[in-house]
Parts: sequence; C-alpha cells; structure tokens
Amino acid sequence: MTVGLFIPCYVNQFYPQAAIATLQLLQKLDVDVAYPPKQTCCGQPMANSGFEHLTKECNDLFVTNFARFDYIVAPSASCVLHVKEHLHSADDPAQAESIRSKTYELVEFLTDVLNVEDLKARFPHKVGIHQSCHGLRGLHLAQMSELNAPPFSKPVRLLNMVDGLELVSLDRPDDCCGFGGTFCIAEEAVSVKMGKDRVLDHQRNGAEYITSVDLSCLMHLEGILQRNKTGIKALHIAQILNSTH
Amino acid sequence: MEKTIKDHSALAEEFIRDEERVNWHDGALWWIRQKRDMAAKNIPEWEALREAASQIKNNVLSNLHDYLLEFEANATKNGITVHWAADAQEHNAIVYSILKEKGLNQLVKSKSMLTEECHLNEYLIERGVDVINSDLGEYIQQLDNEPPSHIVLPCIHKRKEEIGDIFHEHLGTEKGVSDPTTLTRFARRHLRNVFVTRRAALTGVNFAVAETGEYVVCTNEGNADMGAHLSEVQISSMGIEKIIPKKKHLGVFLRLLARSATGQPITIYSSHFKKPRKGQEMHLVLVDFGRSRQLGRPDFRSSLKCIRCGACMNTCPVYRKSGGLSYHNTISGPIGAILAPNLDMRKHADLPFASTLCGSCSNVCPVKINIHEQLYQWRQVIVQEGYAANTKVLGIKAMAWTLSSPASYARIGRAGRWVLNNIPFAVNNKFNLWYKQREMPGGPKESFGEWYAKNGPKEDEKQE
Amino acid sequence: MNTKERILAAVLANQPPASPLPNIDSFKGTDQDLISTYSDVFTTIGGSVFVVKSLAEVEGLIQETFDCTRRIITTLPELRDVSDRIELYSAEVMPHSFEDIELAVLEAELAVAENGAVWLTEQRMGQRIIPYICQHLAVVVPAERIVPTLHEAYEKIGVGDYGFGAFIGGPSKTADIEQALVLGAHGPISMTVFILESEASSTTSYPGE
Repeated sequence: MTVGLFIPCYVNQFYPQAAIATLQLLQKLDVDVAYPPKQTCCGQPMANSGFEHLTKECNDLFVTNFARFDYIVAPSASCVLHVKEHLHSADDPAQAESIRSKTYELVEFLTDVLNVEDLKARFPHKVGIHQSCHGLRGLHLAQMSELNAPPFSKPVRLLNMVDGLELVSLDRPDDCCGFGGTFCIAEEAVSVKMGKDRVLDHQRNGAEYITSVDLSCLMHLEGILQRNKTGIKALHIAQILNSTH
Repeated sequence: MEKTIKDHSALAEEFIRDEERVNWHDGALWWIRQKRDMAAKNIPEWEALREAASQIKNNVLSNLHDYLLEFEANATKNGITVHWAADAQEHNAIVYSILKEKGLNQLVKSKSMLTEECHLNEYLIERGVDVINSDLGEYIQQLDNEPPSHIVLPCIHKRKEEIGDIFHEHLGTEKGVSDPTTLTRFARRHLRNVFVTRRAALTGVNFAVAETGEYVVCTNEGNADMGAHLSEVQISSMGIEKIIPKKKHLGVFLRLLARSATGQPITIYSSHFKKPRKGQEMHLVLVDFGRSRQLGRPDFRSSLKCIRCGACMNTCPVYRKSGGLSYHNTISGPIGAILAPNLDMRKHADLPFASTLCGSCSNVCPVKINIHEQLYQWRQVIVQEGYAANTKVLGIKAMAWTLSSPASYARIGRAGRWVLNNIPFAVNNKFNLWYKQREMPGGPKESFGEWYAKNGPKEDEKQE
Repeated sequence: MNTKERILAAVLANQPPASPLPNIDSFKGTDQDLISTYSDVFTTIGGSVFVVKSLAEVEGLIQETFDCTRRIITTLPELRDVSDRIELYSAEVMPHSFEDIELAVLEAELAVAENGAVWLTEQRMGQRIIPYICQHLAVVVPAERIVPTLHEAYEKIGVGDYGFGAFIGGPSKTADIEQALVLGAHGPISMTVFILESEASSTTSYPGE
C-alpha cells in the first residue's frame, strides 16, 4: 500500500509542523508514504467563491501528482471534501473518479482504512474538539447534532487512545467557527463573531487546547485566541496523535 | 462592490456592533434550535418522516400542473373563488379589486410571507385601504415600519424595551413598560377591537390539498381564525408550490412543521378551510411570482419544497450573528439566500456568499432541501452570469493562475509566502481584514515542501 | 393566453420528470397509554386535563374552575340539562355576538396523543368563531376517541363533510416578545380537556359524521 501525502497549500506554508506530524504518524504506523513535491492546491478557494470553472489546472495537477498512489491522505477535511466532491478531469475522467474515491482525511484513514486500535501517544492536557463542518457534515467523521441518529465520533475514538488526554465537552458540539474560506474576509464581522463564540465555548469549559481535523478552522480560531490573549492553544489533531511528551 | 444598497456583509457589521444584542439573538435562536432537536429526537421515525415529506414534495413538483388544476376544480366546487396571479402586481390588484367591489377599505391580515414578498400592504395603503397585521410580531414590525426579520419570529431581533417604546409611541402605553405579558395583553385588547370591526380578512396558506380543495393555515395566536371567522370576505394568498396531493399527507407535514419551527408538537391552531361560512365569500389567489421559473432550474427547483418552518434560520450561525434584516429580502437566512437570486440575481448576488457552507441548514430541513449545496451552486451561476464584483474576479483569477503552476507557486511562496498576500490573509495593515480582529498565522522558517526536500526519502525525489 | 394558462404552461414546461409518491401507511403510533400520553403532552403545552366519568362531573369542575357569573356557551345539550347556567349555542346569530363569552364547552371528534390537539369540525364548534373568541375553552373528548398520532387522526377524518375543521392544541400563545411565552395571544387564555371515560360517552350526533 502506497500513500500519497496531500499537504494543502496553506498547511504547507503556515503549518509545516502539522504536515510533519501527519507524515511521522503514518510512518509510525508502517505506512509507505511519499510526498509529491509539485503540489499546490485543490482548487477549493476558487470554487467556493463561485469560480469552479477556473480550477481545471489545479485539478489536472492534482491528477498528475496523485494518480499513482493506492490512497491519498491529507490533514485537512475541507480540502479532502473538495476533492471528493469536485475533482474532475476532462482528459481522464476515470482517473479523476478513482482519485475521488481513494482520497482520505487523516482521521478517517486511521479509523476506516488502518483500523487503528492503539496509539503510542501521550498528551496530558484538557482538549476541546472543534468539529470542522466539512469533516462533520461533509465526510461524516462524527454524528451530526441535527439528526436523530446514533452517536459516533472518529476523532473522539482516536483521541481516547491518547494517554493523559482529557476531552472537554462543549455547550454547542458542532457549531461552525466562521472561517468559511473567503467568507472570513468578505464577511469579516460575522466570521470573527462566530470565531469568538466558538473560542468562548472552549474557554468556558476549561479547554487548554482546541484541536480539529481542519487547520483552516484552527488558523482562524488561533488568530482570535492570540489576539484576545486567552492562553488557549490551537493544535491540529495529527500533532496530538503524534505527541509523546 | 458597485451597489447602491448595502450588502449583507455591511448590514451584518452594523448589527454586530451591538454585541450584547447579538449574543441575545444568537442565544434565543440557539435555544429554539435545541427545542427543535428535543422534539425531533422524541420521534423515533423522524428521519423517515423527513424523507417521506421530501418525496411527497418531489412528487408535487413533478406533477404540479395537474395538481393545480385538481385543486382549483375542487376548491371551486366547494364554493371558493379561485384567482390566478402571475406576479406581485397582479396579486395585489386582485386583492384590491375584491375589496373595492365590496366597498371595503379595511383589511386585517394574518401572517403571510407571500403578501410581504408582494408588498401588498404598501400597495393597499397607497389606495386608501387600512391594513393591519394581526400576528403580534408582524404587528410590532408594522408599527415600527420594518419588514419581518424572521419568517416565524418576525421581531426576534428586537429587545423588549424597544418594543415597549414602540407601544408607547404608537399605542399610548405607559412609558418604560416592557413586560412581555403586559404588552401582549394590551395588544390583545387592541386587536380584538380590530377583529370585530373588520369585514375583510386575509390569511396565508401553509398547505393546499389537491384531493379535497381545502387549505390549511397554521398559527399559534389564533389570529388567522379571529380574522377569518368574523369576516364577510375572506381572502387567502398562496404560492403555487404550496399544493400537496392528498389529505393524508397533512399527517406527515403537520408532524414536521411545528417541531422543526419551534419544537412544539403542533401549532396551537391548524385550521382546515374548505367552504365559506353561510353568508361569507371566500377567495383564494394562486400566485406564481417566479416559482414556475425556479421550477425550471434543475439545481434550484427543490427550494420550492420549503414549508417555511424557519429551522434553517435558527440553526444558521451566520443568521444568528447577523440578524434577518441583513439579508435585505422577505425570506431571510439560508432558504432566503437560495430563493432570492431567482427573483433578482443582481440585487441578491451577495446572499449565496453570506454563508460558510457549514451544512447545518440542510440537516434540519424537514423536507431535506440541500440548501448548502444550492448556495454553492448559486455562487457558480452568479459568477458566470457576471454579477460578481470586478475586484473579486481579478483576485481569484490571479489566485487560479498562481496555483495552477507548481513553479510559480513555489517561487511566490518563497518570496514572502504568497498565500499570506492572497488567500485571503493580506499583510498586516489597515486594508487587511484578517488582521483587524485576528493575529496572523506565524511565518515558519521553511515550508513543509522545503523541509521534506531536506528530510524526506531521496528515492522519492528521483521518481518525480 | 390568460394568466392561468400562462402559469400552467410555464409549470408544465418546467416541471421535472414524474417522481412517485412514497408509501406513508407504515407511519403509525402505538395504542398504549393513550390517556396518560395525551395528558402529559397537553399539560406540557400549557393546557389542563381532567379524566371524568360523566358530564355531571364536568359541570362540577366548571363551577369550581371558571367564573360562572359570566356567559358560558356549549354545543352539548346534555350539559345544558345538567346546569341551566350554561347556554346552548345558536347557529343563527352573528358570530360577533359571541365576543363576550367567558367559556365555551365543546365536544371533540378526536384527540391526538402525540401532540395534545383535538379535532373539531364546525358542526362541533357551533359556529366557527366560538373556540377562538372565547376567553377560555373547554373540550370534552370520550377516551376511546384518542388516537396515537396525526396519521391515525387523518385516517379517521377521511375526506370529511365539513366546511371548516381544526386541530386545536392548547391555549392561544405567542412568544414574539423576546421569546417570553404568553398564553392568550388572540384566542383563549386557557384550554381544558375533559377526557370522558367510556361508561358515559356522549350520545350527541352531528351532521356529516
């Protein structure tokens, strides 16, 4: 089994530590993982702004980079969902379809493909999970609070394997943080208010860390956490699952 | 954006300036969302009911032509006069002509979002007809000369002190009185007098049954009934999409409607109007007003399945933080944002972008409209049709060009983290909307790509 | 083409291919504990419930609960027989003439356990306005007419021979001012349901049922 590591553009530039943690975590689990260096972006920022028609080059590049792998794994639910829903190729539609079906967000890859039962990880802190909407309602990483359906949570299952980690429960388990791609600029006031309220929920419930399967949510929340000097830190789930301190 | 009216983002920013109000608004709507969750989770077959409702509505849309004719025939047989209106103007003219023919210049109205869409009140008032909205929330909004901000909770954005002031100014209640029970009792006495003196009443329609020619109006206050049963002329206005095939389907919809809307097991009143009372005239106006056009848009037609419960508004974090009036459209919130562009794409080009696409709206929708997917689709249409602002088009084109080439991406990324300048976090200055209330992400010494080139396996590089 | 023809032509041209109706016959409630389920739900809504054995008992409870110096109207002749303070409705007067009624006592055709609502046709209302214009509403429903859900209710109602019918599920209410619940918006301030247990079911017959 060979896995292609898909590191979204902003993770590559701003959060290399999360990407390194993802790589190391997969290697620890004996996965043959490689990072095709010529990758840029899945095209989501354009598509969500109404410019899906300008994403052809991004799509073609993605197909070229990742066609040869058995699985494609990324530490970003949002980018994975975009690939799963919108990756197309005029030249090779079958290839695009195959890539869509074998692209996984890290947590679902660990639980659904690797069936991880045990992690040698330690993280003795109080942690709140910020449910990324694309991870939750797009990839169904956990049960959605709106539905009358049995509860489950893939991130919780993994975090429960981490020694010393204490999950805090939140008042609103899956309210959106307000990042929303270009929304965070186009609707700055609403975006920040939503983010502040997510932060307050974690604060009220005693979280030392906010974790998530999406760094885009965390980048937004981190910006607010730091501006308001809360002392709470944002950390991608890969960094917790890979942690040994 | 070249706009004469303020867009959602500007109006939302104004609403958010009063943070205490926003917190209250957000909390009140979240509480309603929680009541909706409790009600839904009390019904084991809830998700199956939503699916059934969705399928019934799909059937309605696929057979609307015949159902409309069946409904009209049965309603006519029942003694109801059925009118057809292509648009708002025609609807308003029909209502006015009915009143004029009877020599009536006073009308009491219960809640009807359709007549709000048609701006019926303004039309009638210009022609000398005195119109009073009798739903308490709508009555308050009318006194304050504002449209409803929520289809179920028309004045949810107002604090009780403001409502007390409005009552004081317009109805002469004592200054400073803001207790909800006191104000409601006052409105009750005042509007009782309206009900018993009005000879014409207008209601909206929640469901119209093709099989029997009857229609159902749901209220909690009893205002639709107070108006209708005391009137000589009863007029009801409905969008053509409100038809359902069989009476038994009401069982599905009435089980879903109030639970989704407020968490109640059913609205207090579910009134089934079939025939006029002895000595009464009943008129029903079937209104198209863009619905047949929306029916022809495959990506968007399912928005016509909406039963106006407002659950998508209550759950929407953007709605909760920005208030319904920021949507500058009669139907606000997520469902409004997918209905409005059909009526006027230029005017409402901003609405599909007033969302994070979080998807909660689609999950609470009792008829399973894929609202967040339609928001995404409308964005594509609005851009393709040329309604996106020019600055945005240039920015996104530059972004697409950069990201399409690994070489340019790597070069620009190295030269100061291109992404920092472009998607969408600009440098730390006053033009940077990211930095206004958020710190910038820290700039690491090297990107993951650079790290991997040094630390990654060598053979992998050869392969590339 | 006139407006109707234009609308219908546009609808016909734009409607999607046929999509079948779902089978909804499997939606059913359970017949267990209907009286207690109904009572719990209706009480939660803000109504009052009494389980009674006879109309005489109803009359006694009315004397205790309501201001009997004011006007009380009923559609139940039996109740009229029990107490001469209670006035039998008239179908012939203007609906406005009921503006001053304190209490209306009606008999429901059905009650629904899952939501507390009772079903009244206009025959059972006397006049359409009566259950809305009264200050307080009382409804008698024989216990065997409580059904589990709206599905069973609509099955029993069928097409129905009425000009007007309604589910009424509690006192009129609003929460439009800051979500503060106020009972008695425009309609009744209170609603009381008397569940009449089997031995003494009402014998009143109504046209069209």
